[in-house]
Amino acid sequence: MLTFISKRILEAIPTLLILITVSFFLMHSAPGSPFSSERTLPPEVLANINAKYHLDEPVINQYFYYLGGLLQGDLGPSFRYKDFTINELIAQSFPVSAEIGIWSFLVAMLIGVGCGVIAALRQNSWWDYSVMGFANLGIVLPNFVLAPLCILFFSIYNHWLPPGGWNGGAWPYLVMPVIAMSTSYIAQIARITRGSMIETMHSNFIRTARAKGLPKYRIIFQHALRPAMLPVISYLGPAFVGIVTGSVIVDVYFGTGGIGQHFINGALNRDYSMVMGVTILVGTLTILFNAVVDILYAVIDPKIRY
Amino acid sequence: MMTTKDKVQAVEQFAEKVVEVEGRSLWQDARRRFFSNHAAVTSLIVLAIIAAIALVGPFFSQWNYDDIDWEALSDIAVLGRPNIENGHYFGTDTLGRDIFVRTMQGGQISLLVGIMGSAVAIVIGTLYGAASGYIGGRVDSVMMRFLEILNSFPFMFFVIILMTLFGRHIFLIFVAIGAISWLDMARIVRGQTLSLKNKEYIEAAYACGVSTPKIILRHIVPNVLGIVVVYATLLVPNMILLESFISFLGLGVQEPMTSWGALISEGAQNMEIAIWQLAWPLGFLVVTLFCFNFLGDGLRDALDPKDR
Repeated sequence: MLTFISKRILEAIPTLLILITVSFFLMHSAPGSPFSSERTLPPEVLANINAKYHLDEPVINQYFYYLGGLLQGDLGPSFRYKDFTINELIAQSFPVSAEIGIWSFLVAMLIGVGCGVIAALRQNSWWDYSVMGFANLGIVLPNFVLAPLCILFFSIYNHWLPPGGWNGGAWPYLVMPVIAMSTSYIAQIARITRGSMIETMHSNFIRTARAKGLPKYRIIFQHALRPAMLPVISYLGPAFVGIVTGSVIVDVYFGTGGIGQHFINGALNRDYSMVMGVTILVGTLTILFNAVVDILYAVIDPKIRY
Repeated sequence: MMTTKDKVQAVEQFAEKVVEVEGRSLWQDARRRFFSNHAAVTSLIVLAIIAAIALVGPFFSQWNYDDIDWEALSDIAVLGRPNIENGHYFGTDTLGRDIFVRTMQGGQISLLVGIMGSAVAIVIGTLYGAASGYIGGRVDSVMMRFLEILNSFPFMFFVIILMTLFGRHIFLIFVAIGAISWLDMARIVRGQTLSLKNKEYIEAAYACGVSTPKIILRHIVPNVLGIVVVYATLLVPNMILLESFISFLGLGVQEPMTSWGALISEGAQNMEIAIWQLAWPLGFLVVTLFCFNFLGDGLRDALDPKDR
């Protein structure tokens, strides 16, 4: 097991390096530069700014400067938010996205797995259709529709919740972001759970458990749920990364100041180091959680050995 | 002589009457099961109707998708309401443009993006997955590692970079979306190919000296087609959603052309004055997505060989 984990970590290093290299050159190959969109600066000033950020040098030199800084844990200065480094901006916004994300993840998992199990146990009944119809609402109502509808309902018509802001993560500010964030995941988790639960309930060991005369709740919770969760877990790994790194929609509509808006703004404004910083963060988390999923697989499924 | 001729005739006549007992192929079975699934069949019909309306709808309106109704513009909240008499069946947006025609035109774009994007994703994904699975060994592990790297990129990063590199041409948007959505497809096809690879008919083809590209194209790909079809119907709604999201960010289709996503994001900004501007495109989008999901589920149930 330990060798497996260390092997996974060693494998991650070249993957990350390729990720950094490719995104660096892709980003720099996009037309435009961080300072081209602003009012036309006097050429001397522009030359000075470019020299400060090494933008006047060949891209390959910039790449090695960046890599050198990265080795010391420095993600570089932001081109957009002057006086801020990327480290500071990420340290500011990531906890916000992570808090929304973790709550959304818990909500999505509880409701999603619950819906999926109920639908599977009452397959093709009225229960199945209504529960899955409810869960599917999350797929057909994308979050950029759900977010304004939430504001319209909770804040404008009923004045129950503040329409936006963060306020250090007080719960009234959390409710709407969590709703907007979790619905699409609820739908996916419910679908996967339903499928695998139906398959598990038809397998031989469940028939044996039934023949033994075990009560139904023990069959479901002790025997069926564990193997049925395997495909759900392989979905949850990447989903967890997506959910904690935030969504631009939530940030834009609710003004929460998470990491999603930084990424989109950075890409649109050619804030090279911001895009790189977020890319590295997401990439590292993705690789990490794929490894976590593999380990969880081994814990849950006794047939898998590394 | 006569008698034998008569007998032959009689036998032939009899043979004509006997209905040949045919075995049911996988596809016949699947079709029968698909048509007994009412939700899926209804979805198919509804989708056909939506596509037909989106195509011919604009011809039944006196407005064009970029016409501005200056009269309605003076008071959108009252004159811009849905109204049969002045030809604004679905009302107008806050710029005085007809929502009915714009929803139809947006539907054409959204459906086209959905179908074209999935087509690109399917072609790349199927070929990549089949090649990786069939060739195997070192090639396979390199190809899979490449997938893993692509997979750890933030998805939006690709979209935005491709948008800025290629400009905002609508057909490039199809290609860009398709070109980054094939990863799951490739993985699924590879899994299927691994189980097909050791079948006798593949071995027979190999023994006959059929070349590797030909085995992949003629023997592997047709046999994974079932699962590809199912995945494709689930991919189309995702493509439509993705295009909506890109349009929402302001990177999608360019004005005055529009798509459902662009219409919804405009509508969401004006929902307090003109709720119909949000309601119509949203309604069409939601119904379309629901139908594609039911269709995909129906096809999966119909084509699942374990469930006969």
